[in-house]
Amino acid sequence: MAKSICIALREGALEGELAPALTIKDSIASPFGLQVFDHVLSQLFSSILAGKSPSQGLILVSFSRSPSFYLELLKNKGINVASSDKRIHILDCYNDPLGWKDQIVEISSTVTVFREVKHMDKLFNSIIELGRGLVGGGKIRFSIAIDSVDEMLRRASVSSVARLLSNLRSHEQISSIFWLLHSDLHKARVTAVLEYLSSMVASLEPSHQLANGQRGDLENFALIKHNSKKGKFHVRFKKRNGRVHVMSEEVHMEQSGINFTPLTSEGAINQGLVPKVQFNLQLSEKERIDKANVVLPFEHQGDNGKPLQIYDGRRSLVDSKHERAVAVENVQTKEESESESESDMQRGEIIYYRDSDDEMPDSDEDPDDDLDI
Amino acid sequence: MNQRSSNLLDEALGLDQASEPWPLKGRVVAIEDRVETSGSFILHHLLKRSLSRNSSNVSIFIAFAQPFSHYDRVLRKQGWNLVSQRDNGRFFFFDMLKLQCPVGDEGITPGGGLIALYGKIHKTISALPEISQKNVSIIIDDLSLMEVAANGSSDHVLDFLHYCRTLTSEFDCSLITLNHEDIYSTEDGSTFLLQMAYLADILIKVEPLATGLAADVHGQLTVSNKGRNKASNFHFKVKENMVECFYPGRSRD
Repeated sequence: MAKSICIALREGALEGELAPALTIKDSIASPFGLQVFDHVLSQLFSSILAGKSPSQGLILVSFSRSPSFYLELLKNKGINVASSDKRIHILDCYNDPLGWKDQIVEISSTVTVFREVKHMDKLFNSIIELGRGLVGGGKIRFSIAIDSVDEMLRRASVSSVARLLSNLRSHEQISSIFWLLHSDLHKARVTAVLEYLSSMVASLEPSHQLANGQRGDLENFALIKHNSKKGKFHVRFKKRNGRVHVMSEEVHMEQSGINFTPLTSEGAINQGLVPKVQFNLQLSEKERIDKANVVLPFEHQGDNGKPLQIYDGRRSLVDSKHERAVAVENVQTKEESESESESDMQRGEIIYYRDSDDEMPDSDEDPDDDLDI
Repeated sequence: MNQRSSNLLDEALGLDQASEPWPLKGRVVAIEDRVETSGSFILHHLLKRSLSRNSSNVSIFIAFAQPFSHYDRVLRKQGWNLVSQRDNGRFFFFDMLKLQCPVGDEGITPGGGLIALYGKIHKTISALPEISQKNVSIIIDDLSLMEVAANGSSDHVLDFLHYCRTLTSEFDCSLITLNHEDIYSTEDGSTFLLQMAYLADILIKVEPLATGLAADVHGQLTVSNKGRNKASNFHFKVKENMVECFYPGRSRD
């Protein structure tokens, strides 16, 4: 799924089409958004360098991290920015977004500092200008990556940010665009606005939801630890033919980087949650078969040769009274017979009146669960 | 004795590694505490560790909560004289208690209090000898009072923290902040805490025990260290001149 996203961004827009746009969405419970962003960034830039994409360059707008971090990141992935024929340029909205500093030390020729992040239209113009400076004018395309739109949303209105993103998408020179969003920093409607603007939404969710109001619970802490290393990765694609395709994967954070694997079965995930105690809580195969073969005491299972007759609660009143009388007798008989020979299970009968049709035999449900105090 | 008992906290923060003069450099540490469990002891602990670890370590303390005399008294009990450290240029104290922040609507006015504060910090670090420039800790006590000083504008505080963060990139210094978790109850307020949680490389939560008050245990610490991809949880007890950390059930008393 992560691969499909990278392919879609690499292929870019067709003539007369809006550029494919990806929102990477995470939350504090599963804060891997930046790592996913790094992954997509390095994949896309490698494709651009290898000539596999109609896009000829990449403009990276960095708000959350220093440009030097990205230069280092690409270097670690084996991409030498200096010799990459000027295919990438970073618009630095990190070092001095509001113009507080008197002077800026220039990091590199691939970085341009931007000091007016409150003005979305100026930001738009700078991005386009940088892009044209990188790939030239005309119809040559370039891609855009925005480190996080959270900073933009904090400093400008939702509508101006949406207008910027929408204008970028519809610009004839933009091949593809992607951005990161921390969904819990904004109201739901803001996240929705950005999702509407995207053709792909990749959301990160924790593997296990934490129980609310149970802070300090040791099990909760174990879940926090678990969630800090892996999570679920859901992608929603809006295809060209109008269909919406949803896919899911598991994402793991490792020392070497981020890893995407197909979803394992629910059982396997839940098994990890069984508390580690000294006795074996699992059932072996033989035990499972034996359990299935156990004759339940209150349900007729045809074991004493009589035809299977299950009370369905729809007998007439007369019959039921008679039945009850019989039951009383039978219980007494049972008691007598039990005192004679306890091991003889064949004699005596227990007539079980089910409370309702809906109730499953030997239900595991706790009736107290329905209480709503 | 002092070293041993605080080791769990040092371990969780990466301070147990003897190789570097200041292992927290370039990192943002956010401490969230509550009314029942005050987290200021962690600030004192980190200040002490910074001063004791290496003679080139420098601390810049931005105080909104208490005057200099308070911190001097606390650190004196732990064997450190802040006055002499200040005189030696290893400890800089910015007293913000009387700050009337004329921020208004735009923080870009030349007299903007937080902008000026940032400028002052930048100037202080730039003036240090080069060896110390790499080992600076900026400690803020505390963010909620900074918000008050900025007339309630969390945006300005976040902008200021962003600029402090650029210092961690530029100079490799560490940023340590304290904030109160339980004062933000509305939906708007809780985003400030979330912003800090996203910003922080190490998040330390100081909370009471789930089971209530106790005499032997003052509370629990949960340390989430993004850099080492590690989370730790243990109990603590604040004593006269130190803090004791231990796993649940293993208090020395």
